Amino acid sequence: MVALPTRKLEAWRYTDLRPLSAISFAAPPAVSATPELPDLPFPRFVFLNGALNAALSTGFAHAKPFAPVEGQGTQPMALINADYAQDGINIEIPAGQNAGELLLVSAASGAAPFAFHPRHRVKLGQGATFTLIELDQGEGIYWQNAVFEVEVAEGAKFQHFRLQEESVEAFNTTTIHADIAGDASYEHFTLTLGSKISRTEIEANLLGQNALAHLNAAQLLGGVQHGDFTTIIRHKAPNCPSRQTVKSVLAGRARGVFQGKIEVDQIAQKTDGYQMSQALLLSPDAEMDIKPELQIFADDVKCSHGATIGALDEEQVFYLRSRGIPEADARQILIRAFLEEALEPVTHDASKTLFEEVLQSWWSKQ
Amino acid sequence: MLEIKNLHARIGDAEILKGVTLTIPDGEIHAIMGPNGAGKSTLSYVLSGRDGYEVTEGEVLFNGENILEMEPEDRAAAGMLLAFQYPVELPGVGNANFLRTSLNAIRRKRGEEELDAVAFLKLARAAVKQLAMKEDFLKRNVNVGFSGGEKKRNEMLQMAILKPHLAILDETDSGLDIDALKIVAEGVNTLRDEKFSALVITHYQRLLDHIVPDVVHVLAGGKIVRSGPASLALELEASGYAGLEAA
Repeated sequence: MVALPTRKLEAWRYTDLRPLSAISFAAPPAVSATPELPDLPFPRFVFLNGALNAALSTGFAHAKPFAPVEGQGTQPMALINADYAQDGINIEIPAGQNAGELLLVSAASGAAPFAFHPRHRVKLGQGATFTLIELDQGEGIYWQNAVFEVEVAEGAKFQHFRLQEESVEAFNTTTIHADIAGDASYEHFTLTLGSKISRTEIEANLLGQNALAHLNAAQLLGGVQHGDFTTIIRHKAPNCPSRQTVKSVLAGRARGVFQGKIEVDQIAQKTDGYQMSQALLLSPDAEMDIKPELQIFADDVKCSHGATIGALDEEQVFYLRSRGIPEADARQILIRAFLEEALEPVTHDASKTLFEEVLQSWWSKQ
Repeated sequence: MLEIKNLHARIGDAEILKGVTLTIPDGEIHAIMGPNGAGKSTLSYVLSGRDGYEVTEGEVLFNGENILEMEPEDRAAAGMLLAFQYPVELPGVGNANFLRTSLNAIRRKRGEEELDAVAFLKLARAAVKQLAMKEDFLKRNVNVGFSGGEKKRNEMLQMAILKPHLAILDETDSGLDIDALKIVAEGVNTLRDEKFSALVITHYQRLLDHIVPDVVHVLAGGKIVRSGPASLALELEASGYAGLEAA
């Protein structure tokens, strides 16, 4: 196996994978239990321990069989994935088609530690639209190391919404490589609640004029959870907007990481980049590391970035309580308000409802 | 009825209230005036249950119940409402949602049925209209980007919707122009009835031209040093507080 990255690598400075490398993972066991699936009226692919389960899945007009990896990707986790990948979705939406929604569920369970490496491909033809709703869930100790290869052709629109609710003993590393053509858009939102250690790493290339990338995320972590959201946006053409809003709510001894790199090529004039990372620390032992990085080689661009780390404002809590709202509810209202800016771009109603429900129950478990 | 008996309170080592005693019967509006640093705001915060103030002596009964042992939210459910001197901004929290959550939390605690969105909006729109506020007030985030006057109006909107039995106005008039002042006064005056009482804390007399109090108290050096009819406020305006602090 390709070696796991260590903290000596700049891109992995804040995420220590030693707890992962200390475990020897077996091949995934067969699964008998049926996972709990959300009641959403969309076609679905359900993977159990990384293998497609035909009985739980429905058909989808634009799905092709899994194809072997051609070795794309340079990030360490993608290279490991390439060695082991055995299954994944392979979606090709023809030009001009509105393909609606697809649900992608990964459920994991097993006694001994095991690992699986899904390799997903999503390709949208010119002017196509598609929404992928991904749910990761499971029980026990396992490692999901997924890769998404995304291609969005001219004028196409791909919305990718992820709800990561893995077991708190599990590891989730997800690497996404997206090539976005002119006038096309890739709108991404990940809500991370699960995993002992997780990292979502997105590399988005804006390849034609007016290509758009939204890489938004929220993570709500407690206990000793560690959540890392790392992005690289490459502006390789003029007039491209990119937006990133990342919100972390950290309780207990949780640790959050956001690394956001924006590269603006010399040709990419009139780039409009916005990046904001904010963390709410609910305990004195929680920690957040934020690293914005801008590399700009064009001279007529607008790129802004900001980072804040703070606690809940007790003045606000008191204001709500003085209006009759119980303290726990007051704190929940303020946390939800804190997340608003990251959730706002999720304009897909069913996904938004799903996220809202999960957020409600997260608070009651703290 | 609010009964404050020999109330002593401090912040850290500093004793701010040094034996405040006063009673506000139902249906009456009392004003507290006094110089800066007299303890006016401390009194309002102790009454509403804010953290950071230690009551060392005395008690406060609201309709016979000792409120000092109650959480702020329970005081609100019991019918108290503090209008803030500096209303707090809540980015990401819509005003209508805030008001409805607040009203329903109070109704729930009182064992009353919660209002659904439709019934609530009807109530809120009527209140907004009565206070001469723009309708988009309900859609905006709580106090975010509001002018000083709009924030105070928003406090009055909460008062109109939550209908407290006792309102405490902590220097609600500070920073208001005359039009906003009239709106605040009207907000209080429309609630006036035999059940409603208010404690109006102010530095200046001008608010009391519009909310005419039954009794005016002077708080100086952490104690009530003088009480009298509404005309006392005019007297203070003319003579200042200088003579009273020594008393």
